[in-house]
Amino acid sequence: MANLKSLKIRINSVKATQKITKAMKMVAASKLRRAQEAAEAGRPYAERMERIIASLGSSVEGRDDAPALLAGSGKDDVHMIVLATADRGLCGGFNSSLARAARRRIIELRGAGKTVKLLCVGRKGNDALKREFGSIIHDTVTFAGVRQISFGDQALPISTTLQQMFADGEFDVCSIFYNRFESALVQTVTEQQLIPTPLPEAAETVDLGGAAYEYEPDESEILEELLPRNMAVQVYRALLENAASEQGARMTAMDNATRNAGEMIDKLTLTYNRQRQAAITTELIEIISGAEAL
Amino acid sequence: MADKVAFELVSPERLLISADVDMVVLPGSEGDFGVLPGHAPVISTLRPGALEIYEGDNVSERYFVAGGFAEVAGARLTVLAEQSIALADLDRANLEQQIQDAQEDVADAKDDPTRDKAQERLDQLTEILATL
Repeated sequence: MANLKSLKIRINSVKATQKITKAMKMVAASKLRRAQEAAEAGRPYAERMERIIASLGSSVEGRDDAPALLAGSGKDDVHMIVLATADRGLCGGFNSSLARAARRRIIELRGAGKTVKLLCVGRKGNDALKREFGSIIHDTVTFAGVRQISFGDQALPISTTLQQMFADGEFDVCSIFYNRFESALVQTVTEQQLIPTPLPEAAETVDLGGAAYEYEPDESEILEELLPRNMAVQVYRALLENAASEQGARMTAMDNATRNAGEMIDKLTLTYNRQRQAAITTELIEIISGAEAL
Repeated sequence: MADKVAFELVSPERLLISADVDMVVLPGSEGDFGVLPGHAPVISTLRPGALEIYEGDNVSERYFVAGGFAEVAGARLTVLAEQSIALADLDRANLEQQIQDAQEDVADAKDDPTRDKAQERLDQLTEILATL
């Protein structure tokens, strides 16, 4: 049994840890609110863009001059996987579940005889996969020091790089792995295909009163501009969802850690008090038996 | 027929305006066009320029949009703008100062990527100034 002094030291150290986890939880909670607001604010744009693409895409679908981003390169030999993770740890299973999902997908694709390339967004994904797949990691982008993910500074460059690589024929299919934000407690690992652009189902069909859309300039030209835009928006949305999920996961993890630390303190304090009482009792017995002996 | 246009201006970051207005004039890539209630359904790309919102016969608000898309469907007009700034928030002196800074950046740039970036910024600022 540990002595009184070491117990006291242990209690104090757990208390210090609890203070840290508690502070981290509160920081995550306030960041979560901001991230959630950003994710919600970005939704209208993505939704409206989806609607336009749905109506445009169906009209050019199957035509020979359909843009490559929509039609694909005609092959599916080389897959590009974008893995969006966090830059920091201490957020429960957030990073590891993403890395696990990506790993499973890579192995599955390799089993089917495809070549796989990897782009890590966020340091943790790179850390988790570099031992096994170091040779196929194309690049790693980190957002260290970025307080709020913005469209122009983070999402656009990633999407532009990917489109350039696609245009150079470096891969045929591209998909992104991220955690979709359901609530502070639940985040789901999601795989979304970016290239070729999947045609969204028209969620609501607008009643045009019998008239058809006029396009200015023509469909394919609009699509040519719209598709890269759409991809950037999808990346942006994934990053925002991921950021919100990260904070949610961290908040939950830190909440658990704080609770565990509290339990541990209670247990240790109980042992401490019991031992102190035992020491007092022993001392008393010694004094009494000393007095009786006289 | 509705006598107002349900107008929405959205940027990737947020929904900027959602209001019923009388008319909106858009800088379409094939030329400016106005959208009144009952406009035929159109999807158009936009060039960088000024977007004007009319209340009655007068312009109530002007925005600068740096390209984007517009969709007219029924009584609804949705503008997806890449970047938009309310022109009322800008002042000419400040803008000219920024242009000058950008010109210096272009001149000072040491490698191509930095120069391209500075040039892009300069072009954009010049466009904004032109619409003012």
